[in-house]
Amino acid sequence: MIDYAIPVTTTPTRNRFQRINYRKAFFVALKYVVLVVVTLIIFAPGATAVLGGIRTTGEFLADPFGLPGEAGFQWQNFERILSSPDFWNSLKNSALITAGVTILGVFFSSCLAFAFSRMQFVGKGTVFNILSFGLLFPLVVATLPIFIQVRQLGLINSLWGVILPMVAFGLPGSVVILRGFFTAIPTELEDAAYIDGCSTLGFFRFILLPMARPAIAAVATLQVISGWNEYFLALLVLNDPKLWPLPLGIMQFQGQFGTDWAGIMAYVTILIIPALLFYVFTQRFIVTGLTGGELKG
Amino acid sequence: MSAIRFRVLPRAFPQSLNESQKRSREKWLTIAFLVAPGMAIFLIFLLLPIFQSGYYSLFKWNGFGFPKDFRGIDNYLDLAKDKVFLGSIAHSFTIMSLSLLVQLPLALALALLVGRGSLPGRQIFRAILFVPYIFSEVITALIWLYVLHPNSGLMNKTLGVFVQDFKPITWLGDRNIALIAIFMVLTWKFFGFHMILYMAGLQSIPKDLEEAGRIDGCNEMQVLRFITLPLMGSTIRLTIFLSVLGSFQQFTLVWIMTQGGPVDSTATIATFLFKYGIQRFALGFGSAVAVILFLLTLVFSIGYQRMVMRQDYELRV
Repeated sequence: MIDYAIPVTTTPTRNRFQRINYRKAFFVALKYVVLVVVTLIIFAPGATAVLGGIRTTGEFLADPFGLPGEAGFQWQNFERILSSPDFWNSLKNSALITAGVTILGVFFSSCLAFAFSRMQFVGKGTVFNILSFGLLFPLVVATLPIFIQVRQLGLINSLWGVILPMVAFGLPGSVVILRGFFTAIPTELEDAAYIDGCSTLGFFRFILLPMARPAIAAVATLQVISGWNEYFLALLVLNDPKLWPLPLGIMQFQGQFGTDWAGIMAYVTILIIPALLFYVFTQRFIVTGLTGGELKG
Repeated sequence: MSAIRFRVLPRAFPQSLNESQKRSREKWLTIAFLVAPGMAIFLIFLLLPIFQSGYYSLFKWNGFGFPKDFRGIDNYLDLAKDKVFLGSIAHSFTIMSLSLLVQLPLALALALLVGRGSLPGRQIFRAILFVPYIFSEVITALIWLYVLHPNSGLMNKTLGVFVQDFKPITWLGDRNIALIAIFMVLTWKFFGFHMILYMAGLQSIPKDLEEAGRIDGCNEMQVLRFITLPLMGSTIRLTIFLSVLGSFQQFTLVWIMTQGGPVDSTATIATFLFKYGIQRFALGFGSAVAVILFLLTLVFSIGYQRMVMRQDYELRV
């Protein structure tokens, strides 16, 4: 009793410190509670998809968030998809579209960004303004006009009909990001290169591009993501199922096996895994690309 | 700064053109090589189609042959009377308002929690919170089709555990709820993107300013209200801009989850265009929809940049 009474009556200062600590601890705890709840809500839908892929449809419908029951792991859900030629064909088409969009996009945007950041020529401002006009028009908004144009050029049912418009719509954003990075590379370096007898293109190819590698990686990463995910344009341009990329392939699968939730979720899981791996390895480039290089750590 | 530099090394052979002419020709060749191919693709696949659609929108055209049946502005007059079209614009505005009122504040709050500071494990939270943004829209739509499944979906089952006498909600089948359900999915997918932008904005604020505020006796709320948020102004204005533009562009998610239904209650301008313009081969009519979509985007972008984001420009360029 006495031990307890003494500090309370004699040391009010210590009491005040204690209160502040409790308050701080309370807020930290509150932050964690909020974060954990929100993170769980965000995490749950993806987790259900994976849990759905490894169980039977019956188990899945009875309990959306359960582990495999007596029936065990349903590997055949995955086997069925991985053994179908349609899946591999779609994968090939997706890879071709992604590679085309990325390679052409990075090549053209770095060329343009170099001209806009490092060269002087008549009409530069006008050309750049025309290009920035494209920033106002995302692909979705212009899909019908693109479809008409692609048809006039005879590119319907050709992967180029998807790749070239995507390159065009990726250019303005990529050029703006790259131009910023190219401008930041010191002029002295350029002068030194020219004095040593380097040509303009030589400077671009052998000095500027290697130095701007993080920016190039950021632009390439964003192109990979948009090429890999494109659905609307592919839906319009590609009528032949043999040319369909994965987003259309999985929808075809869903159309055929509408009630086979386990199969659909297995397909979703197969597509989520490479996306997650890609994200883990390129996180920093994605962030650089989205924020123009402002975010660190 | 000019890209033409004086050559130090002497030329070995006499030149047919004089030096300055030759250098100027070289320079223009270089510029043509750098600029022409990229700009050609840009003009053919972006600019030209956009202007062409203005022309096509004046015709009744099923897409075969050249448009001949000139109708003037009839397509636009039809659109002005079309209840589904007007509804789709209204839906875009609903999604836009909800995004500004719910999605952005949520993203900002989370960015404040995990964007900086000493909270252990914040990097892990940050990584998980950003994951939905990297899923494709098709994947997102399929996952949520299941989560929102009326009888056995995760959403209704979870609500059933927490709410007494819970009656399963047909999220995507009820015309009054479907748009809200779509908005929920959009928030799930896109808040991470805004969160990343906010985190970048937060990191560019000098710590000393907030520290000075604390020394001057501000509590945490006041620091946030009077120092942190005003300094994040340019980021906040940018996210509002992107969020508004994004609200007018939704297609894939909506198309896969509801195809604009039930009874067109979730139609967006893009799904309207696909359903009534492309699927029914009314390309003139569809072009008119596209033109209206451009004009909405254009007027908003230019107006917003001139009036609201103007102050941020000298910082960015």
